[in-house]
Amino acid sequence: MKAAISWRCCDATSCRAAGAAALRQRLVAQHGVERVKSVGCLRLCGQGPLAAADHEDGRVELFGGVAAERQLDPEHPFFTLQRSVVLERCGLVDPGCLDDALAQGAYTALAACRQLAPKAVVEELERSGLRGRGGAGYPTGRKWQLVAAQPGSSKVVVCNADEGDPGAFMDRAVLEGDPHRLLEGMAIAAHAVGASEGFIYVRAEYPLAIERLRRAIAAAETRGVLAGFAIQLRIGAGAYVCGEETALLHSIEGGRGTPRPRPPYPAVSGLWGLPTLINNVETFAAVPAILRQGGAWYGAMGTATSKGTKVFALSGAITHTGLIEVEMGTSLRTIVETMGGGVPANPNGSLGVVKAVQTGGPSGGCVPAALLDTPVDYESLQALGSIMGSGGMVVIDESLAMPELARYFMGFCAAESCGKCLPCRAGTVQLEQLLDRFVERRATGADLVQLEQLCGMVKATSLCGLGQSAPNPVLSTLRFFRAEYEAAIAGAAP
Amino acid sequence: MTQVLPSVSLQINGQPCTVAADATVLQAIRSAGLHVPTLCHLDGLTPVGACRLCLVALEGHPKLEPACVTTVAEGMVVHTHTPELEGYRRMAVELFFAEGNHVCAFCVANGACELQDVAVEVGMDHSRFPYQYPHRHVDASHALFGLDHHRCILCTRCVRMCDEIEGAHVWDVGYRGSACSIIAGLDQPWGEVEACTSCGKCVDACPTGALFRKQDATAEKQPHPERAQQLAAARTDHRWRNQ
Repeated sequence: MKAAISWRCCDATSCRAAGAAALRQRLVAQHGVERVKSVGCLRLCGQGPLAAADHEDGRVELFGGVAAERQLDPEHPFFTLQRSVVLERCGLVDPGCLDDALAQGAYTALAACRQLAPKAVVEELERSGLRGRGGAGYPTGRKWQLVAAQPGSSKVVVCNADEGDPGAFMDRAVLEGDPHRLLEGMAIAAHAVGASEGFIYVRAEYPLAIERLRRAIAAAETRGVLAGFAIQLRIGAGAYVCGEETALLHSIEGGRGTPRPRPPYPAVSGLWGLPTLINNVETFAAVPAILRQGGAWYGAMGTATSKGTKVFALSGAITHTGLIEVEMGTSLRTIVETMGGGVPANPNGSLGVVKAVQTGGPSGGCVPAALLDTPVDYESLQALGSIMGSGGMVVIDESLAMPELARYFMGFCAAESCGKCLPCRAGTVQLEQLLDRFVERRATGADLVQLEQLCGMVKATSLCGLGQSAPNPVLSTLRFFRAEYEAAIAGAAP
Repeated sequence: MTQVLPSVSLQINGQPCTVAADATVLQAIRSAGLHVPTLCHLDGLTPVGACRLCLVALEGHPKLEPACVTTVAEGMVVHTHTPELEGYRRMAVELFFAEGNHVCAFCVANGACELQDVAVEVGMDHSRFPYQYPHRHVDASHALFGLDHHRCILCTRCVRMCDEIEGAHVWDVGYRGSACSIIAGLDQPWGEVEACTSCGKCVDACPTGALFRKQDATAEKQPHPERAQQLAAARTDHRWRNQ
């Protein structure tokens, strides 16, 4: 390889697990410490540990492996079809260095924002059409507007960084790769809604993200870039349900992380009864770019109702595992086949076949291969019985039976149910046992009827989103792969 | 001092009714002389909307809402007993019976049990869901009272009664999902919890035979669910029973 002027070495969780420290050590020994920079996610996690070499003529080379032994193609559609907005600095900036972030434009949108009236900031957000990236897709501008309209001077901004869906690691990439971006987004929100205090609720399973956030907050406060907006970290204790906003707020208050009925919504009565703006990491992380380039610019990307870009964590039976950010409305086929390279070939040499794409984790569903041309937007996925969710995208090949997939997610929900409301606490347990019968091919016709009835009951009567969406993986696989359930009825023709 | 609040008119099962604007749908249902089953709700305690039995259908509203925590609105059209709701309620009661170990025949609360009453009301004589027969235990460490976890439905009435009315906060919920249980103190034997004043209000609030007085044998429990409301009214409105 020709000598590069500098190296960027991924120092995020997945590359660390694959041996990033050894790769970095080797690069430092060869090129000197001043020419090797630690950065966040370089996207193609499956080939990690990753390092990028920047050449004088602007050429970038990408290598994978602890000895940088695999040269990767930065011109592959996996990279070229990406549209980096939220991740624009991730992989370029040193997440542990405020100066580097400032040199790459961090906090310029915040500084510009401060010259604007809060109302103008909210209007810009509304113009962008940004919707909540945590999964529900509530219009962000409207939420900000609601909180801004609340009386009183004590308001709180909360960031939900309790990313817990199996197969989801979008927010982790932002937290580990560009933490100042989140702080800036939150500070802009604080200015817009009139809050002076902020909290970031991070799951304890993200120790590196926590470490980097701590460092970023300390650096930003020391330097005064947040101008008085105080951000505190709160670490979760291993409960998936704390990603639900009211449970998350209870947890910050020091209580048991259980959801409560809404209304009142947090915008009216949230943390300690104060009007509270709560958004997910990716939502806040999109804000600086929107304020810098304008709502109209952001709104020009995507579809009529789903604007901008979305980050997805691509995993499962797919050739290129990693992190992608694409325009909303990109088809699943483009993502899975063109960018992700489809299902890898079987050991016997036969072609791998996509069976379905699971989106939205335990709250989502499966889109069958026949519908891969579906554009990725909130409405299209919902119409298919799945959801956009937070951005986990798991590709499923022919080796996995759908009742088994459904049972996995139901087991997850049963284990993560807080136990407060009956349908979720007891219903998920019964559903998991019913699914056992299908997985073990000892179900009866009556079991299938009961499965559908109980799914309907848990969905319609649970208190919070966890229970209400827990049946989705079952219902969506029943919709598109019903034959697999029918074949699992004892005595059915194999 | 009585406050004059604005009132709203709504319709419940086709019957018009007028209530205070800050009333809950449950209060409206009761004021109209109608009924919807409840278990976790107890007048006088903060409602939590956990048992889901009081879910009602609101016309023009996509989701079912718990009557106990939903505030009335002008022109609201409420249905308490649609076939869909009745189906869900019956399933909910089956799930309650299947998740614990409820044997009425030798329970202290037999004949005075709200779970039993709800089962009769929805016509549940057996559960279509397999009984889980969970391994639970009995805490008999308190001198006067006992807690039989097999009969607990996790309504948290005891937790709220002790916290909000007695102010001792002996009870809480520990663990999660199907492993949830009511815990005393820091998950200690009840008798070792010094915060307990032995007032017995939790026993009064318990809808089943989970909390009981030790002197009570089968079918001898006399619950007093009205006490939460009486004490709350005494405290906030200075209304006493003997006045």
